[in-house]
Amino acid sequence: RPAQSALGGPLPLPPARVPERRTPARCHAPRHPGRHAALHSGPSALPAGELRQPGVNRLTQTLVPVPLSQPLGGPGPAQLSPSLAAMSLQSSTPEALRVVNLLQERNLLPPIPIPPPTPCLQQDLQKINCNPEVFRSTLTSIPQTQSLLNKAKMPLGLLLHPFKDLSQLPVVTSSTIVRCRSCRTYINPFVSFLDQRRWKCNLCYRVNDVPEEFMYNPVSRSYGEPHKRPEVQNATIEFIAPSEYMLRPPQPAVYLFHSSTWSHNAVETGLPERLLLPGDSRTKIGFVTFDSTIHFYNLQEGLSQPQMLIVSDIDDIFLPTPDSLLVNLNECKELVQDLLKSLPTLFQKTMETQSALGSALQAAYKLLLPTGGRMSVFQTQLPNLGVGALQSREDPNQRASAKDVQHLSPATDFYKKLALDCSGQQVAVDLFLLSSQYCDLASLGCISRYSAGSVYYYPSYHHQHNPAQVECFQRDLKRYLTRKIGFEAVMRIRCSKGMSIHTFHGNFFVRSTDLLSLPNVNPDAGFAVQMSIEENLDDMQIVSFQAALLYTSSKGERRIRVHTLCLPVVNSLSDIFAGADVQAITGLLACMAVDRSATASLSDARDAMTNAAIDSLASYRQSVLSIQQPGLLAPACLRLFPLFILALLKQKAFRTGTSTRLDDRLFAMCQLKYQPLVYSMLMIHPALYRVDDLSDEGALNINERTVPQPRVLQLSVEKLSREAAFLMDAGTVMYLWVGRSCQPAFLTQVLGVSSYAAVPDNLHLLPELDTAESQRTRAFIGWLRDQRTHHVDESQLKPTFMQNMIEDRTESALSYYEFLLHLQQQISK
Amino acid sequence: MQGTLPSSPLGGSTTVQHVSHTVEEGTGKGPSTGRWKMEAVVFILSLVDCCALIFLSVYFIITLSDLECDYINARACCSKLNKWVIPEMVGQCLSTMLMLVSMHWFTFFLNLPVAAWNIYRYVKVPLGNMGVFDPTEIHNRGQLKSHMKEAMIKLGYHLLCFFIYLYSMILALIND
Repeated sequence: RPAQSALGGPLPLPPARVPERRTPARCHAPRHPGRHAALHSGPSALPAGELRQPGVNRLTQTLVPVPLSQPLGGPGPAQLSPSLAAMSLQSSTPEALRVVNLLQERNLLPPIPIPPPTPCLQQDLQKINCNPEVFRSTLTSIPQTQSLLNKAKMPLGLLLHPFKDLSQLPVVTSSTIVRCRSCRTYINPFVSFLDQRRWKCNLCYRVNDVPEEFMYNPVSRSYGEPHKRPEVQNATIEFIAPSEYMLRPPQPAVYLFHSSTWSHNAVETGLPERLLLPGDSRTKIGFVTFDSTIHFYNLQEGLSQPQMLIVSDIDDIFLPTPDSLLVNLNECKELVQDLLKSLPTLFQKTMETQSALGSALQAAYKLLLPTGGRMSVFQTQLPNLGVGALQSREDPNQRASAKDVQHLSPATDFYKKLALDCSGQQVAVDLFLLSSQYCDLASLGCISRYSAGSVYYYPSYHHQHNPAQVECFQRDLKRYLTRKIGFEAVMRIRCSKGMSIHTFHGNFFVRSTDLLSLPNVNPDAGFAVQMSIEENLDDMQIVSFQAALLYTSSKGERRIRVHTLCLPVVNSLSDIFAGADVQAITGLLACMAVDRSATASLSDARDAMTNAAIDSLASYRQSVLSIQQPGLLAPACLRLFPLFILALLKQKAFRTGTSTRLDDRLFAMCQLKYQPLVYSMLMIHPALYRVDDLSDEGALNINERTVPQPRVLQLSVEKLSREAAFLMDAGTVMYLWVGRSCQPAFLTQVLGVSSYAAVPDNLHLLPELDTAESQRTRAFIGWLRDQRTHHVDESQLKPTFMQNMIEDRTESALSYYEFLLHLQQQISK
Repeated sequence: MQGTLPSSPLGGSTTVQHVSHTVEEGTGKGPSTGRWKMEAVVFILSLVDCCALIFLSVYFIITLSDLECDYINARACCSKLNKWVIPEMVGQCLSTMLMLVSMHWFTFFLNLPVAAWNIYRYVKVPLGNMGVFDPTEIHNRGQLKSHMKEAMIKLGYHLLCFFIYLYSMILALIND
């Protein structure tokens, strides 16, 4: 029906209905005819406008909300506000607001991994908007006022992955970088040009002048069209920064390897023969080892072999020689190779049991003080000597306690202080924990958390008894040494006037308001921030967010990477729900819960997560839903929310009642805060595929390889079957589950064994056989692996596999259905 | 001074009493002067203490607003403020103790909650934090705003106490 929209002009008439994509072969036969009937009787109680397509079998959820799907025509129970509908010609919101009764629909997971929702913007703005893999918001429609946000009961925040490896990145070398005069925002695609000479900032609304150089467009060699320049056409762009952006000339890449003497077995197997560290001809390298004394290595050019200098006064560290402890990698390559070969044998006979990590870190900090750089620390036990000595705080009997978990926060502020010192001098500390006993990751992790380093953890590491971990470590180390790196970085996140950031999550130090100090930035780090609405966004249609990362590349070039995101402002609760991004909300809630467990208690954090689900669904029921039906109702965009919350509650970080080592738990918490969203979601809710009947139907063609695309299954034991084999992708590790009566064809052609009993227990790589099935399976796994940057190994650990079956009941946790019932009970209170 | 005269059981005591009474009368107003002197001293000390606490609150407010406006960084701000947390606590407890010792119950109960809050705040700092003001947490969860609000409330409170002490001191000095 034609109607006048707020922006003038008639509303587009709903186009003719296009039949939805359906795969009848995948229609599940209704398990309980009663339920099927109930669902169909439900919609008939709604106004006639809702029943558009009586032929659709609503039990199968195969539709994925994609921008090109046509609206279901006509008003539904939750109607779009006219202005929003007019702005979006290809809107998915009616689908996103479709009411789903969670108690009745069993198959909620879409067959392919869930895509991020598209903001409801005008098409030309949305086309140039920032890639959601880089910059994502929990609510793609921003509420107009803080009270409206409070009513929606969902957290508002941004999740960023600013240094992600991008295939296409426009790089601009320009003598002037155009920025707003008052708020210093970089010019971006969402500014408005008032005339050819002036532009209006989209964050602070100040009018600026266009500089003369900007009027010329070097790409098209035209003059007078500043809005065609690449800075105004791309939401993600990189500038080469002139000298005003440097506090000091770009330093060379400096790498220091710092290990306790028992790590040598590990390090020796890990460090590759030729160190391919990113850098140029000025790259420097150094080594420090320690046990109860600290050993430095003089690698001066001209020496026949490396010289070890021992400092035993650990209370007052001094550097034995002023230079030649950090040497140029290219010039002293042979000496470095000699040292790496001889290190393991040097300490093989050692009987020392003491570890003076704190003093050794201070010594290493002194070494890196003048230039900054990266310190990689390999530690195998609890530091027990000197400053920063730690006690063993874990009580093994309390691992399976159903009550609160203690000791989740640091025991001392020594590592935090050292991390802040390091951060001030542009030194980042990465921690590799290769230990089989308790290492107090809560305290040790601080050294990486505030100096923008990363934590790697290999529990039960042993170079002989645990080859799977060894291989994992080797692959991770290889990636760690060769990945892209940025030094001396700072990041600033700016929001439109009226919004402000109030909490930060991730590994960095917040030096001042909105300024994050990152001594090192790497492509595996993700960040999250929470925002609040300080002033009402009354007369704004869109708000923008900009993340600017200023860093020194490993080649010594100063660069600025800018990402800008633009989102619409809405003032009705249904529009907010329509734009909710369930994965981003889950990721942000996980970060908030980790904070809450450290400041308050673990049970508080668990309750808070459950309440998040209860409150948002209750708010939806009260404010948006016009017809009250029995059951647990959720909008289609939030239908997976209770599932993800249950997955979080059963996650290693937050679970109670199951025996969990304290370090394992803390590492899971660290990862939830540190990883970018896509890996966090796989960690929280792994993807399960059936792999014994892979076919080429629906396969993707990538690089002339056909990659089969099996359907994503629910994480429940009822989906497993003895006659099949399944692959579970949990982000950093993949599990292969082979059924007892699995088809022999699969066993022989893919695994290369003759029968089930012959399947090896710790298989961590599929054998490369010549059969079509093997090729398909390996192509699929390879494709999954290519999307990850970490090493992924396949293992057959049944208990861990079963722990990931989150929809089922365990002795200490609810099954999915029981959880839904609990939610419903709380909501109708 | 007069010594004990051998006296009859009935009359002797009267003489001694009479003597002591004259001694007292000779030296002036007696116990009431000492009491007012002590009052004045107490209130002068409290006034000075309160002044110091006012200056300290103002210093906190200025440093926190410098951090808000990016004039200093978080680490410098927090180390400056952490240095003055214990002196503030000591000053507040001193004021409370003075009121307790001189038995001014109204002002004692006025001072007690703030002293208790300071002690609670200090004791409740988790082990991993670098003091009451932690540079890694100050920008999270609106801590900067809540610290600023706390400092403002303390400033208002100290000003109120200042005027109360001033009034009481003048009263004590006048009665002297």
